[in-house]
Amino acid sequence: MDANLNSDKTLVEISQLRKSFGSNEVLKGIDLDVKAGEVIAIIGKSGSGKSTLLRCINGLEVFQSGSLRVDGKHLLHDNAQVMRELRQRVGMIFQSFNLFPHLTVGKNIMLAPTLVKKTAGASAEEHARSLLQRVGLAEKFDAWPDQLSGGQQQRVAIARALAMQPSVLLCDEITSALDPELVGEVLQVVESLASEGMTLLMVTHEMNFARKVCDRVVFMHQGRVHEIGAPDEVFSHPKTPELKQFLGMIQ
Amino acid sequence: MIEFSIWDIFRNLLLAGRWTVTLSLTAFIGGGLVGLLLLVGRLWATRAAVPGAQKAALVVSRLLDGYIVLFQGTPLLMQLFLAYFGLALFGINVPAWVAAAVALTFYTSAYLAEIWRGCVDAIPKGQWEAAQSLAMNFGEQLRHIVLPQAIRIAVPPTVGFLVQVIKGTALASVIGFMELTKVGTMITNATFKPFLVYSCVALMYFMLCFPVSMVARMLEKKLRNGR
Repeated sequence: MDANLNSDKTLVEISQLRKSFGSNEVLKGIDLDVKAGEVIAIIGKSGSGKSTLLRCINGLEVFQSGSLRVDGKHLLHDNAQVMRELRQRVGMIFQSFNLFPHLTVGKNIMLAPTLVKKTAGASAEEHARSLLQRVGLAEKFDAWPDQLSGGQQQRVAIARALAMQPSVLLCDEITSALDPELVGEVLQVVESLASEGMTLLMVTHEMNFARKVCDRVVFMHQGRVHEIGAPDEVFSHPKTPELKQFLGMIQ
Repeated sequence: MIEFSIWDIFRNLLLAGRWTVTLSLTAFIGGGLVGLLLLVGRLWATRAAVPGAQKAALVVSRLLDGYIVLFQGTPLLMQLFLAYFGLALFGINVPAWVAAAVALTFYTSAYLAEIWRGCVDAIPKGQWEAAQSLAMNFGEQLRHIVLPQAIRIAVPPTVGFLVQVIKGTALASVIGFMELTKVGTMITNATFKPFLVYSCVALMYFMLCFPVSMVARMLEKKLRNGR
């Protein structure tokens, strides 16, 4: 992956980002830079704004002020062409998988590349098959989403996001809807992506995984980045009482 | 009094039935097209409009809602009267069948737009978001992701509504359109056998509507089982 070649490059630049739902301000000035190839976990209580922050990065949520750049390109909500290009750089995986139930697994993966990137059918299929192989589901190309387990569906969703060849992948609590015994297979895929140099931003409750795989951990509290640092630092030596309390709740 | 055999009654009613079918089809096709435009317009206003176009979107959305509320909130009979007599006031002389087709098209479009909106609303939000995240534009999201899923749930209520439209065409008789009910009334006036004639008329409506209901039920079953 080219991310390894210039790992000092800043891929996502967020500065002074503010977002409100009505009169309720959920993000109160977020500053965060993510380098290419970096793996970042975002942790925090529910309502702390972590999912909203993630959803701002690919424009699923519209923010009111501040700026957000991906690969140096500003996110401009009003410009459909800019958004279309930005979303090709930013992949997203959801808690509830959101596979398209009326399409087979193969078609789920091939649809966006053929529509958006105008990839020819044959090469899209080849790519889709190799991605399925990579997430360990080579034999499921012609299966329907509802024939798969939750863990398998989520792995297909990862393959679908990768098919657009994004430079950043956003993971929004991707294991929270899974049965405990299926969490491992999904995290394994994410870990392999991380080791291949994919830039990852993930909202997660899997603290052990975050500790093992991530380069930096962001603790969000009441719409702000409350603490940020290397996993060891954040988990073993939390500085603020809020983080101490949060970690205490989890352990 | 003119002597009409049962066959005479039936033959005349069958001939008039063609116009009931034609009017139903016109209303359904016209109403379907206008309904689709209403649906897409409302979806654009609520989903696709960029933040800068929120004001325009709000206006569009209000207008379309108003159209739907208006045609759902007034009797079809009044709509027919207005289309027939109202246009005449402005010097536009419309034949009865045009007035009937126009009124029924508006009426049908308002209901179909609302039925279909319900079907689109039933598609989980995550489907739109996944499609958006994959950089699809509004048209692609609608065409490849949302509509194929919505159509599946829309078929039974849509076909069910077709039955309402077929029966609704009977009202066109009051503006003098020569469809089944109107011809039935004329035969009654000539034969003085209202019970017999209207029984035949009712039977004809049943023969039109029953198969449609059956198809609706069949489709519902099929769609529930298959993918």
